[in-house]
Amino acid sequence: MILKRSLAIVVAAMVVAGCGAESETSDGKQIINIGHVGPLTGPISHLGKDNERGAGLAVDEANELDLVIDGIPIQFRLLSEDDEANPQKATVVAQKLVDSNIVGVVGHLNSGTTIPASTIYFNSGIPQVSPSATAITYTHQDYQTAHRVMANDEQQGKVLGDYAVKTLGAMGIAIIDDRSAYGKGLADEFESAIKDAGGKILTREFTDITKTDFTAILTKIKGLNPDLIFYGGMDSQAGPMMKQIKNLGLTSLFLAGDGVQTTQFMVLAGAEGEGAYASSPGLPLDQMAGGKEFREKFKQIYREDIQLYAPYAYDATFVMINAMMRANSTDPAIYLPFLRNTDFPGVTGRIRFDERGDLRGGSISLYQVVEGKWQYVETIGGAD
Amino acid sequence: MDIFAQQVLNGLVLGSVYALVALGYTMVYGILGLINFAHGEVVMIGAMIALAVVSALLSVFPEMSPFLMIALAGTAAILVCMSLAFFIERLAYRPLRNAPRLAPLITAIGISILLQNIAMIIWGRKYKTVPQIFPTETFELFGANITSVQIFIITVSALLMAGLLVIVHFTKLGRAMRATSESQRVAGLMGINVNKIISVTFMIGAGLAAVAGILIAGNYSVAHYSMGFMLGLKAFTAAVLGGIGNLGGAVLGGLLLGLIESIGAGYIGDLTGGFLGSHYQDVFAFVVLIVVLVFRPTGIMGERVSERA
Repeated sequence: MILKRSLAIVVAAMVVAGCGAESETSDGKQIINIGHVGPLTGPISHLGKDNERGAGLAVDEANELDLVIDGIPIQFRLLSEDDEANPQKATVVAQKLVDSNIVGVVGHLNSGTTIPASTIYFNSGIPQVSPSATAITYTHQDYQTAHRVMANDEQQGKVLGDYAVKTLGAMGIAIIDDRSAYGKGLADEFESAIKDAGGKILTREFTDITKTDFTAILTKIKGLNPDLIFYGGMDSQAGPMMKQIKNLGLTSLFLAGDGVQTTQFMVLAGAEGEGAYASSPGLPLDQMAGGKEFREKFKQIYREDIQLYAPYAYDATFVMINAMMRANSTDPAIYLPFLRNTDFPGVTGRIRFDERGDLRGGSISLYQVVEGKWQYVETIGGAD
Repeated sequence: MDIFAQQVLNGLVLGSVYALVALGYTMVYGILGLINFAHGEVVMIGAMIALAVVSALLSVFPEMSPFLMIALAGTAAILVCMSLAFFIERLAYRPLRNAPRLAPLITAIGISILLQNIAMIIWGRKYKTVPQIFPTETFELFGANITSVQIFIITVSALLMAGLLVIVHFTKLGRAMRATSESQRVAGLMGINVNKIISVTFMIGAGLAAVAGILIAGNYSVAHYSMGFMLGLKAFTAAVLGGIGNLGGAVLGGLLLGLIESIGAGYIGDLTGGFLGSHYQDVFAFVVLIVVLVFRPTGIMGERVSERA
């Protein structure tokens, strides 16, 4: 008797669970699952949460529009997963999402997690739009499912190289990188851009993310007397490096990528950070097409400021929903070609993809430290 | 030429810190034959405690003289590190003193991981900025730039090392330490309290480590929970290079390692025609270590140790 009853409960539970994946709401709308992945725990959980909120805001707004696809009223649901910024965890949650019948995924946040996860989405035919992964490899694997709504490191390296030679007038250039996928990738692109622009690479030096002493390589660089020092790496090294540059009496300009354009850099470099240049993909929030409104809307709903990439996560979600609308289908195989042909006026700017799924004409903004704050200098590219 | 002078100076600054830390390794090894892998973490704890004290003082008494502030922070860091070393020795190493040699070694590695994780829980994972309480002034010396902090590092290290040599060679405590390192059993028979001498040795090493931590944090203006690990490894290398167990050897090994790293990173690219770059900085230092050990297995100044074993 007891056995029979528990069997009945198990069967009932299975039926409920089976329906849960693609059931209907109380008012008869069909539920469509969109996945979101980012680091929701750990040291950069504030950024993951920020992306989740951006995507969540887009889903809520889309649902308010009472969308109808192929004659069926639709309700979107965001299934958010935590990859802990860990590449191994990323593949596990990617598979979990694929198994929960998602029709597309917004994520992941880091390049290191996005790349391994993209293989799983590609094999399952699930369209993927990353808000913030910038490593070149992600879109260079010939995956039709991989897209991103932010300029990649190749575009960033080119802009930085051009800017160093043409705008800052630097001819002799020294490059340092931290041997990480991001730092090395960016420094390689920067180096080839410098050569194309007619600049001269005086030396290429290396460090790693465990070091805080750069005096030996900086002294060598001092002997070569470069106009500019470029660093491919993160703020934790760039801060102390900037101090040592000034202490050694080097007068070269300092330029770096988006890993350095943070408040943490300013904290670590202190007064010696003054005058440093760094870039960041995209426009500053206030210059984005819908930036100001988005900031206010976000603050009103979540009672907290945007951290970093929320507008990109918001756009990534809407680009996906927009493609489903145009395809008049939520079937990944049917709407995927429409996603590739997107031309969408997003909060962050006009979004179109090239044949690899990279953002076409992605813009890069440059900033300089003035009186202890990152001050916007100019935006390069983006007009296309 | 001034570039070379600058590289030598960079090497001396780096090397004097290595030497301070290496002394802690070598003192403990000389007496117990134990490689105390947790020593690098004691350096980190010293830096973190000093940083916490300075931050607290800055927020409560912003007008306090920087000399008094650094004296208070230094005292606090030294006291905490000394008591930490006392308890580590008492709780983790002493019960294993007669165990096979591998057991205390593994315990030391365990303590190192434990301390790192405790620091991570208390102070977080982020790089912490060390407030600049002294204005940094830059001077020129033989065409090289040297900051006031770097002068301070070299001076303090030199004084401490000289002080330690005086203690070990000219005081009653030093004689007891040397006797204990010759033979614990015989020293005990001569009326020396061996347990006390071993505790004191650990505490002196920890005091030096605390100072080294403060100097490093002050020089680079950053401190974080994992800063002690690589430093400990390098200082251990320095101790082996100079001849582990030998105090003069630790000082020499530390300074040499600093110079090798600095000059290696600066010139390796030119010497090999660009074949090897500055990412071989660490490799270069370890290659020198291997070469020295091939020709002198006991290190540069390490004859006495080989007889002892």
